[in-house]
Amino acid sequence: MSLKKKNLQKEIKNFTLNFGPQHPAAHGVLRLVLELDGEIVERAEPHIGLLHRGTEKLIEYKTYLQALPYFDRLDYVSMMAQEHTYSLAVEELLNVSVPLKAQYIRVLFLEITRILNHLLAVGCHAMDVGAMTPFLWAFEEREKLMEFYERVSGARMHSAFIRPGGVSLDIPIGLLDDIAIFADQFSTRVDEMEEMLTTNRIWKQRLINVGVVTLQQAKDWGFSGVLLRGSGLNWDLRKEQTYEIYDKLDFNIFTGNQGDCYDRYLIRIAEMRESLSIIKQCLERMPEGPIRVDDKKVNPPSRSDTKNSMESLIHHFKFFTEGVCVPRGETYTATEAPKGEFGVYLISNGTNRPYRCKIKAPGFGHLQALDLMSRGHMLADVVTIIGTQDIVFGEVDR
Amino acid sequence: MATLVIILKLLIIIVPLLISVAYFTLAERKIMGSIQRRRGPNVVGFLGLLQPLADGLKLFVKETIIPTASNQGIFLFAPLLTFLLSLMGWAVIPFGQGLVMSDVNIGVLYLFAISALSVYGIVLSGWASNSKYAFLGSLRSASQMISYEVSLGFIIVSVVLCVGSFNLSEIVLAQKQVWLIFPLLPMFLMFFVSALAETNRHPFDLPEAEAELVSGYNVEYSAMGFALFFLGEYANMLLMSSVTATLFLGGWLPLLNFLPFTLLPGPFWLGIKVYFFVILFCWIRAALPRYRYDRLMNLGWKTFLPISLGWLIFTSSILISFNWLPV
Repeated sequence: MSLKKKNLQKEIKNFTLNFGPQHPAAHGVLRLVLELDGEIVERAEPHIGLLHRGTEKLIEYKTYLQALPYFDRLDYVSMMAQEHTYSLAVEELLNVSVPLKAQYIRVLFLEITRILNHLLAVGCHAMDVGAMTPFLWAFEEREKLMEFYERVSGARMHSAFIRPGGVSLDIPIGLLDDIAIFADQFSTRVDEMEEMLTTNRIWKQRLINVGVVTLQQAKDWGFSGVLLRGSGLNWDLRKEQTYEIYDKLDFNIFTGNQGDCYDRYLIRIAEMRESLSIIKQCLERMPEGPIRVDDKKVNPPSRSDTKNSMESLIHHFKFFTEGVCVPRGETYTATEAPKGEFGVYLISNGTNRPYRCKIKAPGFGHLQALDLMSRGHMLADVVTIIGTQDIVFGEVDR
Repeated sequence: MATLVIILKLLIIIVPLLISVAYFTLAERKIMGSIQRRRGPNVVGFLGLLQPLADGLKLFVKETIIPTASNQGIFLFAPLLTFLLSLMGWAVIPFGQGLVMSDVNIGVLYLFAISALSVYGIVLSGWASNSKYAFLGSLRSASQMISYEVSLGFIIVSVVLCVGSFNLSEIVLAQKQVWLIFPLLPMFLMFFVSALAETNRHPFDLPEAEAELVSGYNVEYSAMGFALFFLGEYANMLLMSSVTATLFLGGWLPLLNFLPFTLLPGPFWLGIKVYFFVILFCWIRAALPRYRYDRLMNLGWKTFLPISLGWLIFTSSILISFNWLPV
């Protein structure tokens, strides 16, 4: 062994911390291996796959209707947005168009879903940063919204309500009045939450200039949704590639100019208020009419029809045993889910089962950029950045 | 006989103190619950009043896990040290006219020494746990406590200048005309915020931040060790509240010095003032986000220290120029 000084040099390794799968702020199961130099993060490496359930493979073995509940469980805080994307993809392959009332109901519940998601995003973000109270206030509002989910579909969270062809059931009597009552008091609740956070000096200190993403970086890494708008690009799929009745509704898109966490927080609060205004417009203009498409091969007839007509009985039987036979084709359909651009790439080979269903989740791309966003920041900022990216592991791992 | 009297005095202070620490935990949960639009614990006993006993029993019968990688002697000693020090501080607090366990002439210095020693409990626990999270938490906590003790010291010196003695009973008696909060209001505010930082309490609770360090320096402790840390922290909070009440709000003096108010005894008034601070502690915890570590240090060294030093010089210059120095 040589005793020369240069051979006795020791390597100093960075302090590696496992921000492990079981962690109150890891938003699900995130294993984040952080290399720290004191308090500064040198490298953040997310390890995912702890919630992988084999969704895409399982979908290949199910009929189109049986595959629908998988989409609820992907991003489990904003359920109907995923169902909606899948239904749009199937409807595009089937080449059917959904009646007007169903479109209004869909948009109404999509905006309710957007409010659900942003309430959880802002509430959990606040709790991770330390303010415990807005979290509970936000969850109280979520409870009220989940009651609407339950009244319309039977389930509080995973509703399986928006189906290819329309929606599954008509809205019950009195629901629209109750949604109107909710809408009246909701903006006061958002004001209360803003009062706790927006002008709070400590909140601003924790969020301004943390996790800055320039516009070029956002485009390079494939950001979408709030993260892209926070960096300055005015891109919202509801306006750019409009679907349903969004072209008839009147709403604004918000962009930030710094690309930091505070901008994204303000955008989410503003989007909640815009969703509220869209809900009010939908409530005013709700038409009468059928809620499912007319084609009896896509939309099973009602039970009373099956007792009177032979064709209805045959259609009912074929629909619930074999399912819809979708013609050959492939489609990529994307919508503006609350977290970003949620896309479904569906390939059909003419049978009643999808040949391949690839899911593009916004959280996957955002999580990749976690290293980029948290380099040079401190350990406390990593928690802030995870919260602002609004990661839910159901959709990242599928 | 004399030792019996001393032991009796000890018990009269410690037993109600421990009961109030237990019920402080319940009060915190209930107060935070009402701020958050929910009820606190209300299942165990009427209005949840037996909850602290249930918690105590649970912690008592839980299995104590000692990590094999830890330094076992120090690991077991650290919570004992913390708890012991938080109880020792109560020896000099005056509860009424002449009602103080030991009326030393350096009461304030004694309190200061106790709070300085409490840093040891935290450092020892983080080091002995031999775990990265605990280590990070204890380092942060130690430097935070030391930083805020500096500004606490300067504020205490301002108060002592106005009164002329380190004896806590004399400080209370000097406030008979006017409570010290009125001339020294900025000092009171800074003292309270520094007390929040001393006791590792929101918004300065980074060392035990759940979201980041999963309970920081006491992450490896279970059952009795955790219970002792917990009791020590809450007893420390009550101690800081009563010191603030003694130094600034007149201790056991009643609200106004005439008849309907003087019917109620001194300890009652001290209790009300301490309760006011308890509510303030819980309210601040529910309402504010957490400071990041470097901003916390910034606040202690670059904001509080200059202001408290400057106010100290201001106070002393006024006292000298108007010849109001207490002899």
